Amino acid sequence: MSNLGTRENPLRAAIVGSGPAGFYAAEALIESGPTLLVDMFERLASPFGLVRSGVAPDHPKLKQPILVYQQIAESPQFRFLGNVTVGRDVSVPELKDCYHVVVFACGAQTDRAMGIGGEYLPGSRAATEFVGWYNGHPDYRDLVFDLSHDTAVIIGQGNVAVDVCRILAKTADELRHTDIAAHALEALAESRIRDIHMIGRRGPAQAKFTHPELRELGELADCDPIVDPRDLELNAASCAELADRSNRAAIKSYEVLQAFAARPPPTHRRRCHLDFLKSPIELIGDGRLERLLLMRNCLVGQPSRQVAQATGEMEELACGVLFRSIGYRGVAIAGVPFDEARGVIPNRDGRVIDGENVVPGVYVTGWIKRGPTGIIGTNREDSVLTVNSILADLPHLDAGAKPGADRVMALLEGRGTRVVSYADWQKIDAAEIRRGQPAAKPREKFTGLKEMLDVLEC
Amino acid sequence: MTTVVTDNCLRSRFTDCVTVCPVACFHGDDQMLYIDPVVCIDCGACISKCPVQAIYEDPIPPDKQHWIEINATRAPGLPVIKTKQEPYPGAEARQKELGF
Repeated sequence: MSNLGTRENPLRAAIVGSGPAGFYAAEALIESGPTLLVDMFERLASPFGLVRSGVAPDHPKLKQPILVYQQIAESPQFRFLGNVTVGRDVSVPELKDCYHVVVFACGAQTDRAMGIGGEYLPGSRAATEFVGWYNGHPDYRDLVFDLSHDTAVIIGQGNVAVDVCRILAKTADELRHTDIAAHALEALAESRIRDIHMIGRRGPAQAKFTHPELRELGELADCDPIVDPRDLELNAASCAELADRSNRAAIKSYEVLQAFAARPPPTHRRRCHLDFLKSPIELIGDGRLERLLLMRNCLVGQPSRQVAQATGEMEELACGVLFRSIGYRGVAIAGVPFDEARGVIPNRDGRVIDGENVVPGVYVTGWIKRGPTGIIGTNREDSVLTVNSILADLPHLDAGAKPGADRVMALLEGRGTRVVSYADWQKIDAAEIRRGQPAAKPREKFTGLKEMLDVLEC
Repeated sequence: MTTVVTDNCLRSRFTDCVTVCPVACFHGDDQMLYIDPVVCIDCGACISKCPVQAIYEDPIPPDKQHWIEINATRAPGLPVIKTKQEPYPGAEARQKELGF
């Protein structure tokens, strides 16, 4: 038998998921040296994961990694199999039969819950649902968000929370020429929300948002950022955190907050309040969300390890809409080990483990590997590490010839799955861009599978 | 928006930054790296990776402003650096000297 990764016996790799982690894994494999073929499976008909459906529509620059992914996709060693759900249309054991290596890069598809009373009252949603909705993700396009209330609350202070805050705060004119989904633009144009509260359980020195995103909240056409100067009074431990030279980003955020606090009284139609040291206790309402019960916190502990501790002081905030934005969570795949507590696939250096044992030929990268932290580029480093593990394992993998995409395509055809190829996607992509032109949008996304497949029929 | 590599990179050239760049916008000569501002998306992923805090984003301090021009002119003519390389000889000593 020829060695794996040679012209006679190319390494056949399947990557499950077409977001940043998946594409950077494909890139690292293709550039690694051994002769190999990469097949990328995606449950949607469109590639690019959260770069397409997570990055905010008013941040077009952050979508430019797509240009890199397009180049990877055009490699003759690369094949895209869209509209294929692994675990449903094709099973994990079937993939293992067809490929030497299977890499899971399927991200964190759901959100973390707050675990408090009233969490699922109508009016309360996951920020991830709202993000999917305004970005035209097929799973979320039919959701309805009632924006007829005065006050919206976002629980959490990461960059997703800031995105949700900014999209709620912007005027329709500020969003009109982005790739925001048409249904979302229409609903947001009618929004009667005036006050948006972004609430964090800890203080301004611990907030997770980054300062460029924060600064944008001060540059909106019709919204003032509101920070209570009393929230900026720091305890000794927080002062020590900000004095740490390696914490340069946090001090910059703190300076932005200081500038917000020093602003003259608000004059715009909307206000975005950055509220610190408060935890949600209960969502209250008769049949739908009406009020949020909050606990005032203080910080205790050593610098960089401070935790929020309840003071016993409670307050209520009337609100009609609430988004929880306290993190994403991975979803288990049939036939793959899963760590329920962490919401990730358990692994050592990207090698999937079942208990203490490595599952040969099965790897993981991105959010489903390390949890939902970091930004787009973090996944490049992460995927390179996983691919390094694959390359180190190459001599020990089962070197028997594998049938790869040909067998999978035959299986899928037999099951009536319409596989969307990369050439198909390019047609859909071009149609979206054309559809956007009349409204001067970079694209008007198709939000359903049927509309995408219709493009391929004509 | 601009993100630039500045003087601390000179003769340390650790290249940790390039591992997290989502668009491969770093270019380098023997001595240091530069960011191509046309390609960079200002995501900031690289900033915290630099062991000598050589990378700045907006607002760029007044004493680093001239690096905007240097990055923009130097980067396009130099090879792209997208994988981690050996640091510049003596980089660790320079890191200490810079107080990191």
